Amino acid sequence: MSAATALPRVLAGADPHGGAPLPVHLAHHGLESLAVDPAWLVQEVERAGLRGRGGAAFPTATKLEVVGHGRRRAVVVANGAEGEPASRKDALLLAQAPHLVLDGLQLAAAATGAGEAILAVKGSARDAQSALARALGERAASGRDRVFVRVVAVPDGYVSGEESALTHLLNGGRAVPTAAPPRPFEQGVDRRPTLIQNVETLAHVALIARYGADWYRALGTPAEPGTALVTLGGAVERPGVREIALGTTLAALVAHGGGDLARARGVLVGGYFGTWLDPAAARAATLDGASLRALGASLGCGVVAVLDEQSCPVAETARVATWLADQSAGQCGPCVFGLAAIADALTSIADGRAARALATASRSSGRRGGRGRRTARFEDPLARVRRWCGEVAGRGACRHPDGAVHLVASALRTFAADFEDHLRHGPCGGCARPSVLPLPRAGGGGLELAA
Amino acid sequence: MSRRDERLHVRVNPIACTAHGLCAELLPERVRLDDWGYPIVDDRPLEPELVALAKRAAAACPTLALLLERGTRPVERATGSVPPPRVRARAAR
Repeated sequence: MSAATALPRVLAGADPHGGAPLPVHLAHHGLESLAVDPAWLVQEVERAGLRGRGGAAFPTATKLEVVGHGRRRAVVVANGAEGEPASRKDALLLAQAPHLVLDGLQLAAAATGAGEAILAVKGSARDAQSALARALGERAASGRDRVFVRVVAVPDGYVSGEESALTHLLNGGRAVPTAAPPRPFEQGVDRRPTLIQNVETLAHVALIARYGADWYRALGTPAEPGTALVTLGGAVERPGVREIALGTTLAALVAHGGGDLARARGVLVGGYFGTWLDPAAARAATLDGASLRALGASLGCGVVAVLDEQSCPVAETARVATWLADQSAGQCGPCVFGLAAIADALTSIADGRAARALATASRSSGRRGGRGRRTARFEDPLARVRRWCGEVAGRGACRHPDGAVHLVASALRTFAADFEDHLRHGPCGGCARPSVLPLPRAGGGGLELAA
Repeated sequence: MSRRDERLHVRVNPIACTAHGLCAELLPERVRLDDWGYPIVDDRPLEPELVALAKRAAAACPTLALLLERGTRPVERATGSVPPPRVRARAAR
């Protein structure tokens, strides 16, 4: 790789046809031997300011340090089991540049003194799985790896990739979250201190081991250095995964995909646990934590989806809420019943049932007016959804319900007038349009990516 | 991580909870129920006079889902040592 400011970085040398073979990988990235000083590596990762790219943006060096200093020998897990339906980046990275991720996994194992490494990949990500099998074969033949890597296919599902769910699965249970604590970094796989890192994070570790922290910091912002993989979707001509320098404007990313913020109703940032930005906020946003936090959003796992002017935010939100409710692991009451009730109410607002019920209710209360019989204050479906969003948050074992109500609450704020209008008058012209936000097809593993 | 609060508070294990609702009956000072009968707990530290009531509510939970904690550490569950429920004079408070 040449200049420090050149893009792409993790996708340099990526091969869309079965993943870059080992010689190609080494020609692009070098580092014939993975024997680097673990203490130096942790220090460089810290100086680089690398944060986790799975959504939580936790400092990677801190995790490496804590897990490496546990009482028992550590286990490292590369998490490629993203459950976010709009995100493609992890599966794409594994399918196209498997050796970079596997280098990062070996380096993380060295940095934490781990004796066991696991790569968790989504069960439906066939391209990623075959690229990994081939890459691991090449590595076994070349003797590149110190620690054996076990590949585990994780059942599809929104919560399957959550850290405690993944740990539970790797320990022989179902891929559903457990009631914390202990957290995996204390007691995870086999009750050992367990480092769970997103696969993209590990690819960045592999690059930092080669070129150092100063090189890494040459792109991005001083507070959030480096690059990130994002998945652009929705109303753009060329959806897909892009590598951006952190701090890039949202407008530039959308323009790169052939979209136009001037003709957008809003932009969803951070995926289905994410936040809607109205057009003004979207034009002001840059893709980094500081800028997005100021707008009440976060980059999460890097999903950016554009909603065009013709589509209906109410119908889109109702569909996503229904899907999220369906994705509950089914363990915690507030998540099971709360998300289902929210999804039902939103669907009734979108399809006009709420408007008809309201009309009937106001007619009958009008007839009874003056009779003096006061009923309890009527709570319309929209008010109920608002109350439920506040009540459900924080009451599950994992953050699934929190993320779901965050998204719904964000839609209610950003598109307040649209929700009020649908509540009073039923569906609009945009309601019948096909979904802009990608959701898995019913019963299938495939993704429906809107063009 | 913030400073550990050494006072007791109540927490629900949401996986274990199956909405029997006894906690809201026995400890309305800290627990109310949502529209589906699941507890919404107020996790502020318990005042000293509520501690005994909270312990009894925790012991009475059929699925042992109501927990008493100090900071984030679970407190040893009070079961056998808790006196059997009596009619309380709290209604007249």
